Amino acid sequence: MHANLTLTEAGPEARSSRMISGWGRYPRAASEILAADSPETLPALLHGRRGVIARGAGRAYGDAAVGRRTTVLTGALDRLRGFDPASGRLRAEAGVTLADIVRTFLPRGFFPPVVPGTQFVTVGGMIASDVHGKNHHREGGFGAHVEALTVLTPDGVPRLCARDREPELFAMTVGGMGLTGTILDATFHLRPVESGWIRQQTRVAADLGAMLRALDADDAATYSVAWIDCLARGPALGRGLVYRGEHAGREVCLAAGRDPFPIPPRGRLTVPPGLPGWTLNRASVTAFNALYFRRGRAAGASALVPWHSYFFPLDGLAAWNRLYGARGFVQHQCVVPRLGAEAVLSGMLDRVARLGTASPLAVLKRLGPGGGGLSFPMEGYTLALDLPANAATFALLDALDRCVVAAGGRLYLAKDARQSRDTFEAGYPALPAFRDLRRRLGADGVLASRLSTRLGL
Amino acid sequence: MAGTLLLVGATSDIGHAVAARYAEAGWRILLAARDPERAQRNADDLLARHRAEVALLRLDILETESFAAWLDGLPALPDTVVCAVGELGDQGRAEGDLAHAEQVMRTNFLGPSLLLGLIAERFAARGSGVIVGISSVAGDRGRGSNYVYGAGKAGFTAFLSGLRNRLAKSGVRVVTVKPGFVRTRMTRGMRLPPLLTAAPSEVGQAVYAAAEGGGRDIIYVRKVWRLVMAVIGAIPEPVFKRLSL
Repeated sequence: MHANLTLTEAGPEARSSRMISGWGRYPRAASEILAADSPETLPALLHGRRGVIARGAGRAYGDAAVGRRTTVLTGALDRLRGFDPASGRLRAEAGVTLADIVRTFLPRGFFPPVVPGTQFVTVGGMIASDVHGKNHHREGGFGAHVEALTVLTPDGVPRLCARDREPELFAMTVGGMGLTGTILDATFHLRPVESGWIRQQTRVAADLGAMLRALDADDAATYSVAWIDCLARGPALGRGLVYRGEHAGREVCLAAGRDPFPIPPRGRLTVPPGLPGWTLNRASVTAFNALYFRRGRAAGASALVPWHSYFFPLDGLAAWNRLYGARGFVQHQCVVPRLGAEAVLSGMLDRVARLGTASPLAVLKRLGPGGGGLSFPMEGYTLALDLPANAATFALLDALDRCVVAAGGRLYLAKDARQSRDTFEAGYPALPAFRDLRRRLGADGVLASRLSTRLGL
Repeated sequence: MAGTLLLVGATSDIGHAVAARYAEAGWRILLAARDPERAQRNADDLLARHRAEVALLRLDILETESFAAWLDGLPALPDTVVCAVGELGDQGRAEGDLAHAEQVMRTNFLGPSLLLGLIAERFAARGSGVIVGISSVAGDRGRGSNYVYGAGKAGFTAFLSGLRNRLAKSGVRVVTVKPGFVRTRMTRGMRLPPLLTAAPSEVGQAVYAAAEGGGRDIIYVRKVWRLVMAVIGAIPEPVFKRLSL
């Protein structure tokens, strides 16, 4: 009988090597896979190993969560360790997902202080990537809301760190891509909310200048994000829709006849495997974008939308990463400083529109001041584009990288699958200090992902 | 109607999922573990997630002589007890190392049976209570790859069956759970067929439904396992002994 049908809870030794990738399904690499059992047993599991990186939900797009030799799954570290309803302070293990936190605490009137574009990420992943949300201009990244971390450093010792306790380890672990140590748990604050609804206001921007002005006008808004039609050219270059959001009060929801804490629909559509790479082509995306733009214009002013639609629209479509076919896709997310951004972004969007392979998923946001270390955000605008992984894309992205570097910007490591060392080094001035800390921690060669190897971290 | 649950084997992933389901329903939870420090994260989780009233107690399933006094010391006789104790052990090692084989058998059979038997007496005297034993499909038919573990579970299954039969008219229910494959610490790293493999939370839900809702006394968490085990059970021994299972 085949091993797969062995009829027991018993089985062979718990270790295997597989081809794995990030969410973009590019690149793929072989890695030994280990699974953590508990925070207590992790030091023994990692003892003596080299080339190891932790992997939470595998939602980093490129090769950040693919170990150079060994990838450690942290999904079993999924316990909540404490919650104080008076302050909203939550201590959660690294493998707890954002979806779990929202499901557990939104009905009790709490929402995470910062959420990225998907709820299928883990606490450890959010901190290692210092994820930002649609409120970065006001709230900073997720790391800004972390009070304390327990980090398993390469010496096998779990260390409690905070801003006033091992501050360097704390600062560099936030945004440190798992390369200073493995995050075991984190303490952070949830914010009280009166409902799970967002009052969304949609505004139309006819071109890039109008788009940037609309985003700038949202300085006082809680949330702000723009969808950009990256196939529009000429005078319409950079056109799109800007979505401003505010947490809706309880009374507003009740007056509108809404349950204050809506539950997302259970069934999710799933993209089937095996779609050809040309599913998203110039014609289909142009048609989609034109329709989407017109619909947004028609929708006009103000609407109450549930939290899951506002924050995590793509989570409703399971396995959407299959839309790009077997070769996978890359997401290019850059940030460029505010000063001179319009000229830089218009040059980049023009190149994208001319190549014409961009996906419908193009997002523009304002970012506030950065968090230091290898944290991605810096004061400016961030543009994210999804593109199929192929030679034309890579040539385009090399050109876009030159624009970003010339403007003094950088690329987001959690999305990266292909930037050059030069681009990376130009974008992250804290790199020497980060490398120095890794040396002192004995992390060189011990904690290593495909990304860190590729970028010479 | 929320009561008190005693979970024996509180560091077990299945046990934690069971406790979480009861905590969600508002039950008070008594967690028993050999190493309470290791079970602390599970106790914390129940409190943070469900605001459950949780107490953490030390109990070693191999120290059978301590059971009676330990039960006397409980804050209250529970309404439901779930035993999730289990040790897979190492079949190869157990073939030559009698001490290891003995520990696997004692952990899976002797300790849980004696403890639940003792609790059954107290439940019977009270005239109410639900006893849930997490056994295994591995106990349904001995196989070359894990028969020491399987034998322990087979003994446990038989003990639960007899207990159920004896107490049928006493107001005490006895439920046997054979979870099949479950994604837990015990099976981590194994390649498991998705259709036959349950998440711990499915086991938690199935146990709660069977114990508190009534219905079948012997449950396989995924229904397909009843069919699979019927097939396994029907294979004639001359054929079965030649299969590499």
